[in-house]
Amino acid sequence: MNYFPEEVLEHVFDFLTSHRDRNAVSLVCKSWYSVERFSREKVFIGNCYAVNPERLIARFPRVRSLTLKGKPHFADFNLVPHDWGGYVYPWIEAMAKSGINLEELRLKRMVVSDESLELLAKSFPNFKSLVLVSCEGFTTDGLAAIASNCRFLRELDLQENEVDDRKGQWLSCFPDTCTSLVSLNFACLKGEVNVAALERLVARCRNLRSLRLNHAVPLDALQKILVQAPQLNDLGTGSFLHDPDSEAYCKLKNAIKKCKSIRSLSGFLDVNTRCLPAVYPICTNLTSLNLSYAPGIYSSELIKLICHCKKLERLWILDTIGDKGLGVVASTCKELQELRVFPSDLYDGVGNAAVTEEGLVAISAGCPKLNSLLYFCQQMTNAALITVAKNCPNFIRFRLCTLDPTIPDAVTNQPLDEGFGAIVQSCKGLKRLSVSGLLTDQVFLYIGMYAEQLEMLSIAFAGDSDKGMLYVLNGCKKLKKLEIRDSPFGNVALLADVGKYETMRSLWMSSCEVTYGACKTLAEKMPRLNVEIINEGEQIEASPDDRHRVEKMYLYRTLVGPRRDAPEFVWTL
Amino acid sequence: MEGVMSHASDLNLKATELRLGLPGTDEHDEFVSVAKNNKRALPDQSATDSGRKGISSGKSIDHEHEHEPAPKAQIVGWPPVRSYRKNNLQAKKTEAETGMYVKVSMDGAPYLRKIDLSVYNGYAELLKALESMFKLTIGDYSEREGYKGSEYAPAYEDKDGDLMLVGDVPWDMFMSSCKRLRIMKGSDASGLGCGV
Repeated sequence: MNYFPEEVLEHVFDFLTSHRDRNAVSLVCKSWYSVERFSREKVFIGNCYAVNPERLIARFPRVRSLTLKGKPHFADFNLVPHDWGGYVYPWIEAMAKSGINLEELRLKRMVVSDESLELLAKSFPNFKSLVLVSCEGFTTDGLAAIASNCRFLRELDLQENEVDDRKGQWLSCFPDTCTSLVSLNFACLKGEVNVAALERLVARCRNLRSLRLNHAVPLDALQKILVQAPQLNDLGTGSFLHDPDSEAYCKLKNAIKKCKSIRSLSGFLDVNTRCLPAVYPICTNLTSLNLSYAPGIYSSELIKLICHCKKLERLWILDTIGDKGLGVVASTCKELQELRVFPSDLYDGVGNAAVTEEGLVAISAGCPKLNSLLYFCQQMTNAALITVAKNCPNFIRFRLCTLDPTIPDAVTNQPLDEGFGAIVQSCKGLKRLSVSGLLTDQVFLYIGMYAEQLEMLSIAFAGDSDKGMLYVLNGCKKLKKLEIRDSPFGNVALLADVGKYETMRSLWMSSCEVTYGACKTLAEKMPRLNVEIINEGEQIEASPDDRHRVEKMYLYRTLVGPRRDAPEFVWTL
Repeated sequence: MEGVMSHASDLNLKATELRLGLPGTDEHDEFVSVAKNNKRALPDQSATDSGRKGISSGKSIDHEHEHEPAPKAQIVGWPPVRSYRKNNLQAKKTEAETGMYVKVSMDGAPYLRKIDLSVYNGYAELLKALESMFKLTIGDYSEREGYKGSEYAPAYEDKDGDLMLVGDVPWDMFMSSCKRLRIMKGSDASGLGCGV
């Protein structure tokens, strides 16, 4: 074995930024493991219950940046009860006690209390960056604590969180000495903010690059802010409503023209479409555009706007754009890599969703660099998917969602097996796939056969028998997360290869055919898995019959056994 | 009506029965998984619900043509859209669809009117519309003197219940705070700054 002094090893490891590379390196030998663990500054924990804070601190005492994910993905769609878990407090508490020099905390789907934020703000003097995605449990009081105490705060990024507004003045809590902000995103906050305080904050933070406002910031305030921050790269407007004949609007137009560095635009939470032309001058250089929260912009206006955006790489939009609008995107945005088309009409049932397979085919033909897709559509056909697969072999993420979950091919009435089969066969680098529409076991045969790089698969209302699930479990060697709902997969599939689950992060099955007995068997055989059963509403029998179907099961590998914070309705078998 | 009556036996009285539950749900509750004996969780639309259609069409039901799309809103968590996004979009859609209607009263008029503020792009358009709706002139706004020289002055009730003169605040602020409009006679409006 070659001899390298540890300092050299450490220096070499510095170049390894991806946590997967570092994980691999730490498996080589004991000395590498040791050097690596002392030098690791960024830790990623994909499931907060797979380990615990003590083990994190013991292994990585010099951690500075922690990423944690809590609830299972299907929690986004109301399939997981409110108090399931995913609390960040124990992590912050443990790190505070151990004197960890935490600088960055990134959380997704976790419960974050004001207490946790206060403890965070007061325990880590060098804290720089807080990113909360789809979290809940905190109020603007918690934000006030962060603003007041984190003297070197660079980033406060709140994405799609449910935050209680306490009508305090959290923004005013940034002291006058705070000049370090680089990124501030409070678009998800529902309440008023102190606009004057915001303007002053922006004025003194000369390094501010990213600013996303909430709906309470009116257009005339936006104008004043932009005058102070023409260096912005990323702007999320708040309200974009004003009298287009007014002086304020005129001033805004001029202010926007001077913002030559803006590459990413979002917001328009309330909009007067006649004010949109103000942003045309910055459209030419935009690489990212998110209009998915702006239902007030109709198709014709969207098209006019997009015609200016020739360099777009990422587009998030509502289906109000229509197939025709997608055609315009296809002919304008040749650099497009990521497209997300969200449904605009969620409650009327019938759905006036205006996109179909046509729009998708047009995009695939016009945008050869497309590699990431989320597409909610009224209907789909195999022919379209086959064409898309041929046009775009580079998909890494392909998520298709038909509004009617079991709708067949709109032309042939056949299942959509062949279409998705073409996608997995053509896209050799596919890592994430969501399927929908009428699907039999055949589609899973294809997935198992061809989707060699697949890491995450989402299945709903699909398949005919256990074979479907077995094809996937046997075939997809790199599978990390599998989530299934309302599909006829049962015990045979669940128990065929119990060892597989230790190679995966987690498995979710709800409204399937698995029974208590099988889940218990699995839990017994695999002590390093937590097999959780979620019982809600139904009578909680002391010991349900083994033959009873399980409504919701979530299992995940873990080094630390059953969690101690599980609520009453969650049983770890 | 004949056709309907002859299908009385097909009338699914359950369809008009008062129950808790969304209209359209029948006994095969679509909320919970129906993966018990069906391969698909959604009950086959064509097989059931003849009664529902019977009332409306009066002819023999051709399920192929009358297939309603599955009531999507009733499947928990479908389409898979984050609740945050769902909540946000719904609020805005309602506003966009229903408009921002406010009552408009005029002193001396026997009944009130309603207008949709969201169709106007500014005070000028609004005042013009009011003038034409009530057949009067309002005159020009000035910060110092309100609507000097005109017989009428437009006022509005804001979120706090105070009576305010139209035109003082920026248009979008006005739109979000205006709860109702009141066209006051010049003589009554003298306290609001009209120099009559």
